[in-house]
Amino acid sequence: MTPTYYLLLSALLFSLGAVGVLVRRNAIVVFMCIELMLNAVNLSLVTFARINGGLGGQVMAFFVMVVAAAEVVVGLTIIMAIFKTRRSASVDDSNLLKY
Amino acid sequence: MSWTLIALLVLPLVGSVVVAFLRGDDRTAKLVALAFALAELVLAVLAWVAYDPSGDRLQLTSSAEWIPAFGIHLSFGVDGIALVMIALIAFLVPVVIGGSWADKLPEGRSAGGFFALLLAMQTGMIGVFAATDVFLFYVFFEAVLVPMYFLIGRFGGPNRQYAAMKFFLYSLLGGLIMLASVIGVYVAARDKLGSGTFDWATLVTVTRDLPLSTQIWLFLGFFIAFAIKAPLVPLHTWLPDAGAEAPVGAGVLLVGILDKIGTFGFLRYCLPLFPLASQELAPLVLVLAVAGILYGSLLAVGQTDMKRFVAYTSIAHFGFIALGIFAFSSQAGAGAVLYMVNHGISTGMLFLVVGMVMARGGSRLIQDYGGMAKLTPVLGGLFFVAGLSSLALPGTNSFVSEFLVLIGSYPNQPVFTILAAIGMVLAALYVLWLYQRVFQGPVRGTALVDAVGGPGAALDPERANVPDLNKRELAVLAPLVALILVLGFYPQPVLDVITPSVGATLSEVGVTDPVAQEGK
Amino acid sequence: MLDPASGSSDAVAAVSGVGSLAWLLLALPAFGATVLLLGGRRTDKWGHLLGCATVIASFAYGVALFFDTIGQTGERTSELHLFDWVPVNALNVEFGLRLDPLSLTFVLLITGVGSLIHIYSIGYMAHEAGRRKFFAYLNLFVAAMLLLVLGNGFVTLYFGWEGVGLASYLLIGWYQHKPEAASAAKKAFLMNRVGDLGLAIGIFILFKELGTTQYTEVFARVGELSAAEVTAVTLLLLLGACGKSGQFPLQAWLPDAMAGPTPVSALIHAATMVTAGVYLIARANPIYNASADGRLVVMIIGAVTLIIGCIIGCAYDDFKKVLAYSTVSQIGYMILAVGLGPVGYALGIMHLLTHGFFKAGLFLGAGSVMHGMNDEGNIRRMGGLWRKMPITFVTWTLGYLALIGFPFLSGYFSKDAIIAAAFSEPGWRGWVFGGAAALGAAITAFYMTRLLFLVFLGKPRWEDLKSEDGREYHPHESGLTMTVPMILLAVGSVGAGAFLSSGNTLANWLSPSLGALQEQHGVLDHTVVNFLVLGLSALGVLVAWLFFGRRPQPVERPQRVSFVVRAARNDLYGNALNEALFARPGTWLTRALVFVDNKGVDGLVNGSAALLGGSSGRLRRLQTGFVRSYALSMLLGAIFVLGALLMVRFS
Repeated sequence: MTPTYYLLLSALLFSLGAVGVLVRRNAIVVFMCIELMLNAVNLSLVTFARINGGLGGQVMAFFVMVVAAAEVVVGLTIIMAIFKTRRSASVDDSNLLKY
Repeated sequence: MSWTLIALLVLPLVGSVVVAFLRGDDRTAKLVALAFALAELVLAVLAWVAYDPSGDRLQLTSSAEWIPAFGIHLSFGVDGIALVMIALIAFLVPVVIGGSWADKLPEGRSAGGFFALLLAMQTGMIGVFAATDVFLFYVFFEAVLVPMYFLIGRFGGPNRQYAAMKFFLYSLLGGLIMLASVIGVYVAARDKLGSGTFDWATLVTVTRDLPLSTQIWLFLGFFIAFAIKAPLVPLHTWLPDAGAEAPVGAGVLLVGILDKIGTFGFLRYCLPLFPLASQELAPLVLVLAVAGILYGSLLAVGQTDMKRFVAYTSIAHFGFIALGIFAFSSQAGAGAVLYMVNHGISTGMLFLVVGMVMARGGSRLIQDYGGMAKLTPVLGGLFFVAGLSSLALPGTNSFVSEFLVLIGSYPNQPVFTILAAIGMVLAALYVLWLYQRVFQGPVRGTALVDAVGGPGAALDPERANVPDLNKRELAVLAPLVALILVLGFYPQPVLDVITPSVGATLSEVGVTDPVAQEGK
Repeated sequence: MLDPASGSSDAVAAVSGVGSLAWLLLALPAFGATVLLLGGRRTDKWGHLLGCATVIASFAYGVALFFDTIGQTGERTSELHLFDWVPVNALNVEFGLRLDPLSLTFVLLITGVGSLIHIYSIGYMAHEAGRRKFFAYLNLFVAAMLLLVLGNGFVTLYFGWEGVGLASYLLIGWYQHKPEAASAAKKAFLMNRVGDLGLAIGIFILFKELGTTQYTEVFARVGELSAAEVTAVTLLLLLGACGKSGQFPLQAWLPDAMAGPTPVSALIHAATMVTAGVYLIARANPIYNASADGRLVVMIIGAVTLIIGCIIGCAYDDFKKVLAYSTVSQIGYMILAVGLGPVGYALGIMHLLTHGFFKAGLFLGAGSVMHGMNDEGNIRRMGGLWRKMPITFVTWTLGYLALIGFPFLSGYFSKDAIIAAAFSEPGWRGWVFGGAAALGAAITAFYMTRLLFLVFLGKPRWEDLKSEDGREYHPHESGLTMTVPMILLAVGSVGAGAFLSSGNTLANWLSPSLGALQEQHGVLDHTVVNFLVLGLSALGVLVAWLFFGRRPQPVERPQRVSFVVRAARNDLYGNALNEALFARPGTWLTRALVFVDNKGVDGLVNGSAALLGGSSGRLRRLQTGFVRSYALSMLLGAIFVLGALLMVRFS
């Protein structure tokens, strides 16, 4: 098998996610894009594991999934809390932590 | 193992904690603080009695391991120089507590906090003078900054935040530069002895053999820290601000004791640790000293604020002390140490009487006063006594020390001495001019005229709302006046303690008196 | 070079007998001052009596000591060691007293005249609220002055020297409500400090070269000093003397000092303190003997000052200021005398003593006049007062006659002896110094006669005038406490000169301290000088009569006057010179330095703090609070790091 397609797909997904994080304002969408980036990384990890024949990459992918799940819990809660107090899910509206 | 110094260190700390818990009840807090300070004074007298002037270089020593990995010890001990300074601290703190008894504190501050900080500072100050481990000295050197920072920053005048920050940063900067040198001497000791140490007595035997260039770098690290503390021109600008914004009591300790850490450091660390560098760089220090005398005096003449005035006179006086230390003769050195004590007494008193003037008029500006002696003759008289001591009139304590510094410096440094002696004339000018503006002539100045209730009321003593000194204030100033006169006429007991230690310091530097002793 | 150790030096006996209590001389007035200062208002009732009692007791003890010393044979010099004052290794400053003829002479003068003036002050200060404080200061002065003359080393002398300066400061500034009194007091202290600086540096040199500051050892070892060092020491001591004694160029404070109460002017600024400079030079005679150059400078200063004092004295209209310049000028004579060396030391001291009597008397007379004239000091508003205050007039006139050297009164013996000694110098010195001294005598006669005519004789000009506070003048004779001291001083003015000079009584008595009085014969013979001076003085009196006695004087001072008079009225521009040279540049320098310190030195400190704070403020702006911009910067950072890694890999 050739890893190129897998890696290209992974890069494509990662770029989509990164651009999404940078250009979208809705916190939920930004969040989804972050998930996309994480999963793109997962894909490349699994690909490399497959190529090298080791288990490290696959284990790492599981780690990332667990962390991502935990992150979703915390992140979504924060977004909910912000939405409750501010009635907005735009990341640009919550910019109090500045100079 | 002597417990005297440890007791001296621990007692005020305990007092500080106790007083800090009494913050609700101001009166009890003050009384407890005073009791602790007086007990400390008794301890200091015991230490004085226990000290044998003709005995070892360091006495009342005690030591315990602290950080064995780096050879750091909790070791204490005093020589004559440190002893007189500790005695001065123990004497000044009760005076300061009495003097701050009725201070108006800023909104929301309690007397308990103030006095707790004073006592905490006492521990720190004694630690600086009693430490015989260079690292421990450094720790105390930085530790005293903390209570003083809060004293100025929490209890000071309107511009207190700025002054406290400036004081802290300046001192910290010096302290960090010194830390580099402290580590430097540790490394030097490790290279030579195999295992590093911070023990002062051991280090002296090591560092004096270092090559001149190394000595100069290490010397400068210590010197800059001490020159900021002392303060020598041009590193002095924190003092007028800190002195002016500090509450009067803290100001007395700031100028009276804290600054002496610098001059004490010259004697205890710069000279014995780096004898070659000391001699090499002495001309530089002398230039700074004499510049400080003339510059400080002239600036004192030009001040419009009484507390800044006191700060600038101190800068001039510190010039005399530095001159005495770096002139390398036993008379000048003993004079410098005596000057450290005397300056604490006379400038302390000057600060206190300025505070009493301000307590009556509510202003720091000289122009807001005038002809005050008419309303408060006793305060005027005592202000004058403090001034006379500041201008070193014979019969007051400062004369003995100033005379010793000058006569001892002359044989080695005639030119610097003559320039410094001009400071005597300037001292008369700034003291008498201030006295004339504040106390002599007809009653005038907005602060006073407002206080007595309008321009015409000044002539009517019954209506005058400016009371003369009360009993507490008299009780605070009386011991100072007594010491000023006693040390002016009979300084021998103090000189007997100082002279051998100064002699030992000079022999560590490797210089001999220019005017040799005959006979004896 | 003369024998440096002439007179006082080796073999000083320890005090025994009466002298062992000599510290009482100092302790009594010091005790009085302490009690009066600490006692406060409680001592108001009896304070002045205590003040007088302590000084009179000192005087009595001084007399006893004097007769005890006369009874001794030999050197008559002894020292009383009290305690070690400042002992540090090689330096040992003793606190001790030296009892010898010179110091005892001064003790008698100080306590004697001091007692009289204390008594006089009871009456003069009767209306002052803080009279006890005045007596406290006077007692303080007497104690300090006694320490000055009794101290057995240069440092104890310095102690007394500054102590009298302090007392003088306090007393000049006595009238607190007058700003000019405070300024005059400060000026006096400052100019004295300039002199003290000289004295102090002189002491430093002695310590450096000889390792001691005690008289006995210094005088015994003067020979070890090099010529340059001796000259330096003599000049520095002279600077001290100039400050304390109001000599050129430090003379300007003395006339201003007249802002103090008149008894103070009499005691401190005429009879005792201002003569301390003469004492210093006489005391240090072994040093001055060793330096002819030093003595020449002393003589020049003395001669210049005596002429300056005379000239300015002619122009002033203030009673006390004329007397003050007269004092300046008379001390010029004394300084000239001690500058002459062994031919003059005793003469200087003799003139000092007689001057103490008649000048104190003249001042007390002036005080009595002013006391009766609503404290008016302007002599143009007086005149014809001899009818109103006969005792004052007679005693004052006796003092006046003594001062101008009327035959067989005090000044005739003491001043003419100095002039004769000045003429006895060889060569040009004799002509210059003798001439100056003789000229001074003529001018002295002129300005003193002017005073006499304007104050006591002539038409009463005060009858149509009112004093500043609106009262009319009612001149009257003063009370007993004031007249008795004046009478006693007048007796002294008449008789002291004859008593002291007959058979060289004083010179012989002082010889253990000052060396034997030598004689020399220079350009003019004594008899010739005698007649010359008499003639010149008579001329001065005559001229004064022509100007001021013949015709009535205006109340306002004439404005259209010659350049010389205008210069004299302005102190020969001495004050203007001080102002231009020191005061004004000093003020500018101070202001400039305050500016530099605030803006420059402190500006650097605050500037570096501001720089740090400012740049942090700029950097802070990067924190926008927009999550997406942080994300972008992370991305860019990651790309940059990746790019860098790739570059390294493929280059």
